Amino acid sequence: MKINWFKYSSPQTFYPLAGKMIPWFAWLAAIFAVAGLYISFAIAPTDFQQGEAYRIIFVHVPAAWMSMVIYIVMAAWAALGLALNARLSAMMAQALAPTGAIFTLLALVTGSLWGKPMWGAWWVWDARLTSELILLFLYLGFIALQSSIDDPRRADKAGALLALVGVVNVPIIYFSVKWWNTLHQGSSINMGAAPKMAATMLLGMLLMALAFWMYTVAVALMRVRCIMLERERSTDWVKELSLSVQSTAGVKS
Amino acid sequence: MNEAWIIVLKRDLLLAFRRRSDVATTLFFFLIVSSLFPLGIGPEAAVLSSIAPGVLWVAALLAGMISLTRLFAADFSDGSLEQMLIAPQPLALLVLAKVLAHWIVCGLPVVLLAPLIGLQYALPNDALLVLVLSLLLGTPALSLIGAIGAALTLGVRGSGLLVALLVLPLYIPVLIFGAGAVAASQHGMSAQAHLSLLAACSLLSLVLAPLATAAALRISVE
Repeated sequence: MKINWFKYSSPQTFYPLAGKMIPWFAWLAAIFAVAGLYISFAIAPTDFQQGEAYRIIFVHVPAAWMSMVIYIVMAAWAALGLALNARLSAMMAQALAPTGAIFTLLALVTGSLWGKPMWGAWWVWDARLTSELILLFLYLGFIALQSSIDDPRRADKAGALLALVGVVNVPIIYFSVKWWNTLHQGSSINMGAAPKMAATMLLGMLLMALAFWMYTVAVALMRVRCIMLERERSTDWVKELSLSVQSTAGVKS
Repeated sequence: MNEAWIIVLKRDLLLAFRRRSDVATTLFFFLIVSSLFPLGIGPEAAVLSSIAPGVLWVAALLAGMISLTRLFAADFSDGSLEQMLIAPQPLALLVLAKVLAHWIVCGLPVVLLAPLIGLQYALPNDALLVLVLSLLLGTPALSLIGAIGAALTLGVRGSGLLVALLVLPLYIPVLIFGAGAVAASQHGMSAQAHLSLLAACSLLSLVLAPLATAAALRISVE
């Protein structure tokens, strides 16, 4: 049997598929989140050094992971869109960017909430915090560039190129910030030598990461459906879809 | 191929020479920004010399950035950019010539002016030398990376502010190594590691940035 790899690469066929996938990922996200939150707040032991305040890492660390993963996935979609000239890939990149930016912001905010009781300061120019802040700037640049170009095809390609340039730069930025940090700061704060984590803590963190991951997929699919409708509003399949929606709504009322 | 490269370089330099006020604006901007800090912070020499590396490097960064929007805008509006796009020579090479011209016009004057401002910030002689050296090694990277942002925002509304948002995060490594080199020599350490990394940044962007800029121009003009 011959498999058509590109069957779902057109918005017309992907739109219903995405609609079917969203509830699955949303439910998975909810289940993982409930399990993860239960483990992190009810089962995981209190840290003997940091007390209860350490529990914020169950949100903070997965958010930071996701912020980085989403940037890489976004750049991969962008590269695919640029190489194959596929509309849907560029739309996926565009749909992922806001979620990535939100997770970056969440990681920054939870980091500073954690920093206040631990380090005694809301903000410390720690290497990880700083590079997370720069990652937020990269996301904002991507979103700003895409939203200020009116022609969607050009916006897609320009954003894709920027995402690729960003991905090349991210490791350089990360290491430069790390070296800058070790030069300028004493060893009063050393996050690198984290104490060994209890297995339950790690499990809670992994479950939360999975929850965030599933949430990202669900939200990105919802957003990509909106983008598809907006961009393809003059095509036949969107018109048929809106007609059928109107007629079913008419029957109900 | 070489010929086209030199022609573009000469043309851009000639254009810049005919519009000398554009060059002066960049230089004055650098001068004013770096003169504002002592007014805001106070005239103590110890404080000034400790913030000098960062302040002068940030001022150089901003001065290089404000002139970026002009890099392709004039060629875009009079149509000569399209001629470059369809020219038989590789576009990346022509872009490189334009970026080099931009650096000679906007980067080099800043490098030459920097020791004078460094004196105002009470920098010792060794640190002044390292400052010039670090700017000389680092500012080409600024022009090269900035060209990508300039090409992406070509003809976009609000491109001046947008270019800042796109390019400044990418400038961070250059800033860190550049200011770090000067600070290291102030503290009596060797600046060699920082200077090497700075040169590495410039070389890497010399290889990759013209290609990315050429691709960005094709996207923006098509």
